[in-house]
Amino acid sequence: MKEENNFLISKFVQNHSGIVLGSSKSYLIETRLTPIAEQFGFKDVDELAYGLGSAASDLKNAVIDAMTTNESFFFRDNIPFEAFEKIMLPELIATARKTNNKIRIWCAAASTGQEPYSLAMILLANKRLWSGINIEIIGTDLSDLSLERAKIGRYTQFEVQRGLPVQMLVEHFKQEGTAWFISDEIKNMVKFSKSNLLEPFGLLGKMDIVFCRNVLIYFDTETKAKVVKSVYDILRLDGYLVLGGAETLLGISDLMERAEGYRGLYRSAGAKNNLTALSA
Amino acid sequence: MKSCLVVDDSSVVRKVARKILEDMEYIVDEAEDGQEAYDKCKHEMPDAILLDWNMPIKSGLEFLKDLRGFVGGDKPKVVFCTTENDVGHIAMALKAGANEYIMKPFDREILESKFERLWS
Ligand SMILES: C[S@@+](CC[C@H](N)C(=O)[O-])C[C@H]1O[C@@H](n2cnc3c(N)ncnc32)[C@H](O)[C@@H]1O
Repeated sequence: MKEENNFLISKFVQNHSGIVLGSSKSYLIETRLTPIAEQFGFKDVDELAYGLGSAASDLKNAVIDAMTTNESFFFRDNIPFEAFEKIMLPELIATARKTNNKIRIWCAAASTGQEPYSLAMILLANKRLWSGINIEIIGTDLSDLSLERAKIGRYTQFEVQRGLPVQMLVEHFKQEGTAWFISDEIKNMVKFSKSNLLEPFGLLGKMDIVFCRNVLIYFDTETKAKVVKSVYDILRLDGYLVLGGAETLLGISDLMERAEGYRGLYRSAGAKNNLTALSA
Repeated sequence: MKSCLVVDDSSVVRKVARKILEDMEYIVDEAEDGQEAYDKCKHEMPDAILLDWNMPIKSGLEFLKDLRGFVGGDKPKVVFCTTENDVGHIAMALKAGANEYIMKPFDREILESKFERLWS
């Protein structure tokens, strides 16, 4: 692939998704986009690069889709989910009982659904605790293909073994051949829709918890800061932002403060902080 | 350091599992079938057992039932690791006292993720 086309495609992907590919990723671009080029009738990735600017939205979507990394697994890193069950949930339930009996949770880069479904499984196991409260889980992503898979809730034998305790597998999944389908009960607890973190998402309404994990890492500092500001705006004052295990807001934003005890957990600067119980 | 007994009649599986578990800082011992595993456990209980299902002499399930009936046999965490990949077998294993279940083929990531969560 020609250097200038590498640049064209990187620029395109960054403008539309925030994802910074960098020049070292030309191999990645070529392997991931060759099938797309074929599918849309281009001779090769170079030809696709020329056509991209004026392309129809389905080609643009396919290119963005192919350049996203959608890896996810159930109960990824475990600790945020433990913090969700033991700290965030009881606290938000107490608040909800005093206010509007509502809790809203948003997975902002839900990929193939493992993250919101893990939360749903925790909620179902604690059903008694939140009786009378309306809990919403919303999963959004930029990738159409991932969202499609998330909605179907079909996972491979490998996927259901990464992070998911076997007891939950037996309880919440149905096996068909080598595929495992998540139960309707869990599926019905999560709503999926497409949303780009670079675009305004205020329409989603106020949130109590935002899981925005393993997506900021792909953005440059400026984009990270912009997204964090928008997430901050959508979060209720005593709400929580949960980042991936390797992500930090250090040097990116001081709107949110790290909650004690767990690396990826943030609250609005100034909100009370009672996480000392969790020593991770 | 924790100890793990790897029970499988395939020497290849034992070797692969040993490598991954040793990288996780387990002290690893091996047994070729349920009977040998039982004898080793009677001598000294490991902290964890990675257990195949189909083996000559004594199957993994028979071994597990015997183990759980034995004094101190409730202590080891038992992780099945087998080609028996249907819910029926999984349910049977859990009922007999298994703590986790790995469906073959497995990889390093699956083994690590299952073992990390055993102790949390
Ligand atoms: C590695 S996955 C993370 C999945 C999950 N949150 C986790 O931690 O396991 C990253 C996801 O971010 C999505 N993504 C990338 N850029 C995005 C954007 N601008 N808006 C929304 N989602 C985006 C990708 O499509 C991909 O599904």
